[in-house]
Amino acid sequence: MNRKVRVVHYLNQFFAQIGGEDKADVGPQVKAGLIGPGRALQQALGENGEIVATIFCGDNYFAEHQEQAIDQLIQQMTEYKPDLLVAGPAFESGRYGIACGAICRATQERLNIVAVAGMDEDNVGASLYRKHIYIIDSGASIAKMVPTLQKMAALGVKLVRRDAIGKPESEGYLARGIKHNEFAAKPPAERAVDMLLNKLRGEQFNSEIAAPKFASAKPAAPLGDLSSAVIALVTDGGLVLEGNPDNIEPGRPTRFTTIPISGVESLDADKYDAVHSGYDTAIANRDPNRLVPLDTMRDLEREGVIGKLHEFVHSTGGAHAAVDNATNIGQAIAARLKAAGVTGVILTST
Amino acid sequence: MIPVAKEVGSLRAIASGGIVSPTGNAELSPDKEKQFRRELILRALDTLQQTV
Repeated sequence: MNRKVRVVHYLNQFFAQIGGEDKADVGPQVKAGLIGPGRALQQALGENGEIVATIFCGDNYFAEHQEQAIDQLIQQMTEYKPDLLVAGPAFESGRYGIACGAICRATQERLNIVAVAGMDEDNVGASLYRKHIYIIDSGASIAKMVPTLQKMAALGVKLVRRDAIGKPESEGYLARGIKHNEFAAKPPAERAVDMLLNKLRGEQFNSEIAAPKFASAKPAAPLGDLSSAVIALVTDGGLVLEGNPDNIEPGRPTRFTTIPISGVESLDADKYDAVHSGYDTAIANRDPNRLVPLDTMRDLEREGVIGKLHEFVHSTGGAHAAVDNATNIGQAIAARLKAAGVTGVILTST
Repeated sequence: MIPVAKEVGSLRAIASGGIVSPTGNAELSPDKEKQFRRELILRALDTLQQTV
């Protein structure tokens, strides 16, 4: 496509010059042409594109009526026949960031046009939408408005024209978790040695694999009185009922099993198994209490050391778990335990 | 595995009986192994009561 790219720009009430927090509940609106930061966006687009309309919405209205806001905004922009939606940048503003991400994703899916948002990597909108859309990393400071809009314009025009998109670090967008094969000039061993030599010399070196970032959980408050506590047993060591009826995976888990233990005093070797590809399960299979300490917990329950043992054991095979799957499994188990009134958990890990 | 647990904010972590038998030790006699398990679990319960 060599004609000018038709661009619609999304802004919140503040950047659309309607007002601050007092105007955060204004509904979706559209105006032909550009507003506010649109000037810098138009400059960045130059001859390649033209802002045909600006759509905007109050951050609170969007947050509280997301589906309605998206429907109306999409309807309003359709009349301008856009090729590209540019949203933000929203910097650190969470509600604005979510709105930018949501309108971009919906526009891509419903109008089948491309979209680019801008926001800080730590904006909650980035974690929600970075896999679905291109988000230019704006940083937290509004001082980066112009360079951010330049990157958004450049990437947007490339997307519309179906030009090759470079890596996140060269285009300035947040990595989406998409992998492409490419030919490297040197084999891995040479690249690894080069990297090591650079490191030893104190020079710049870049890992080819980004270290995963783990979200850190906030510890729960300490347990008060043990004698009234409800304790649950959880394991990532792959305990299953004999025959693995829930068919949990021995590794790369996507699910967990729920084992009823009401009235069970001890885990007998002929009724329970360990299914796990990451350790030798023979020792635990001979006495599954070595994996999940049911016999001891029953003793402590009888003695009144703890109030009660929860009536289910939750178990997954935690070998080579993908972080996303492990997070989902952990959150699902925690939600069930919380709903059941469990106050403490002993998780045995292999 | 304790540094891994602590890295992700799971601060109430204690060393177990080992990878292949977290709450046991196959080299002990059955009585001794039961005692080992009991002491480990009491330590775990104590850890649940600590501020971290």
